[in-house]
Amino acid sequence: MQGKLSRFNIVSLVFGFAFLYLPIVLLVIYSFNASRLVTVWGGFSTRWYVSLFSNQQLIDAAWVTFRIAVISATVATVLGTMAALALTRYTRFRGRFLFSGMVFAPLVMPEVITGLSLLLLFVAIGLDRGMFTVTLAHVTFSMCFVAVVVQSRLLSFDRSLEEAAMDLGATPTRTFFHVTLPVIMPAIVSGWMLAFTLSLDDLVIASFTSGPGATTLPMRIYSQVRLGVTPEINAVCTLLIAFVTVGVLTAAIVNKRRDLQRQRDEHAALRG
Amino acid sequence: MKSFGSIRRNFAPWKDPAAKPYIEFRNVTKIFGDFTAVDNLSLNIYEREFFALLGASGCGKSTLLRMLAGFEEPTSGAILLDGQDLRGIPPYRRPVNMMFQSYALFPHMTVEANIAFGLKQDGMPKPDIEARVKEMLKLVRLEQFAKRKPHQLSGGQRQRVALARSVAKRPKVLLLDEPLGALDKKLREATQFELMDLQQDLGLTFVVVTHDQEEAMTMADRIAIMDKGQVMQVATPAEVYEAPSSRFVADFVGNVNMLEGEVASRDENRVVITGASGAQITVEHSGDVQPGTHVAFAIRPEKIKVSSKQPVGTGANAMQGEVWDLAYLGDMTVYHIKLDDGQVVKASSLNSARIHDDPLTWSDRAWISFTPDAGVVLTR
Repeated sequence: MQGKLSRFNIVSLVFGFAFLYLPIVLLVIYSFNASRLVTVWGGFSTRWYVSLFSNQQLIDAAWVTFRIAVISATVATVLGTMAALALTRYTRFRGRFLFSGMVFAPLVMPEVITGLSLLLLFVAIGLDRGMFTVTLAHVTFSMCFVAVVVQSRLLSFDRSLEEAAMDLGATPTRTFFHVTLPVIMPAIVSGWMLAFTLSLDDLVIASFTSGPGATTLPMRIYSQVRLGVTPEINAVCTLLIAFVTVGVLTAAIVNKRRDLQRQRDEHAALRG
Repeated sequence: MKSFGSIRRNFAPWKDPAAKPYIEFRNVTKIFGDFTAVDNLSLNIYEREFFALLGASGCGKSTLLRMLAGFEEPTSGAILLDGQDLRGIPPYRRPVNMMFQSYALFPHMTVEANIAFGLKQDGMPKPDIEARVKEMLKLVRLEQFAKRKPHQLSGGQRQRVALARSVAKRPKVLLLDEPLGALDKKLREATQFELMDLQQDLGLTFVVVTHDQEEAMTMADRIAIMDKGQVMQVATPAEVYEAPSSRFVADFVGNVNMLEGEVASRDENRVVITGASGAQITVEHSGDVQPGTHVAFAIRPEKIKVSSKQPVGTGANAMQGEVWDLAYLGDMTVYHIKLDDGQVVKASSLNSARIHDDPLTWSDRAWISFTPDAGVVLTR
């Protein structure tokens, strides 16, 4: 039986994937609909993609979103990596338990609460809402995701590597930049990508903390959908999906290749 | 003058009262929480010595090494290197280098870059670094692997890279933490001799931590046997084996028979020991033991002669028993003789002849005998 699919397996597989992907497939198909009516097929056309590129509002929103995502992911990666280092390395400082709990609280915090509390804070300190506040908010909640990813890598990190570097004469700073950082770099990159994606598709927190002139793509799409779904929205979403898919696939292929190369190398090493 | 075993070379600074120790541990104590890893330990290591710290895991030997490298500071006491107190000096400013048990090769660097790492930290000019790296690669015979990454090497090759990296800076002292632990048996034996040659060629002081007594015996000039954070004995391999200072050391190193008894009488260099059953043995001992003291007579299995007939000759101690168990190992045979007082004694005899007229077998009556100088009297 093992390795072969039973009928039950096949059925559950089909249903599972249909459940996951049917809506997306429908969306993609209807983005090529010639008709203005979303639910009626009027033939194949790419007119909505063309009109999309003349929709300045959407393009502006996309650009805002992209900038916010890059900046917030970068800042969150720096802060999250620092938090992870502090939590795994300096195990004996006072209040470590409290600190680690607090770093990870936003992981389970309802977004509405995060968004609302940030809004209240920004109002209280009189910070004008706009791109800057959205970026700050995104840093706040994506930092803990980075911290989790990097921390798990640090826990399996062989401390003797750092000791060896220091033993060979490298100061702690040089040790960090020449040994620790390069070794944990893959985790930091995944953390950055995670933060980037989280920022890219966040609607709730952005709605709370955004102000005039800083409408993100998810906010724009949401407000347009409230006036009725247009095929243009389908086209934007399709492009977003394509963007994410290409990203994920590239990462997977690069990883797979590296693994294969590593296996080959190890085989070669064993043969001498 | 009598001496134990074979002498490796004419090198014994520890016997010279004028010799200055190179590394000194002075009353060093290290406490982790409520665990005392090293307990008021004092130890001297001399220049160009190959010194082994031998002990079971948790005996404090690795902590000692890590304190020397600077990764841990002693709770109290002082560590001196060439007369300089090391307290407060961070690992990156100490003239010692360490070879780690896990090798700790930098996975993102090539073999070359790994070896050059320490030299770069010192700001050595580039051409000099290249020359030194080449020299090191040649030393460990890895020239053709210079551009490989650590994961592209076999275990033995990685070990040699780690070695090359740790000696590249020409440290005053090289610390080796279980240097051969991760290698298989054959490779380990070959590498032992390589390490000894390397130490001789470079003229460095080696301090090696190991739990493998064979490794320590093969390589070291002197061995410190450690237990519970203390040094039980410091001596040459032959002394440790032939003249252990305590029951612990005798039992820890090699196989031993421990015959417990009481001192019945003594003269200038002999004592008579009465065993539990009343049997008496006469052995050489020049130390001071009063009659009535409880002692152990420790004797190695190969020092006991097994025969089917009562041995003749003067001065030999002889006891009768039966063959309880025996194991034929090819080069030698190990007998377990159950003496008439119930004690089981291990004896091994070299099979120097291919054919025996009258081989001993299970349940045969047999005699064991040993000369008065075949073992040691232990009071501790």
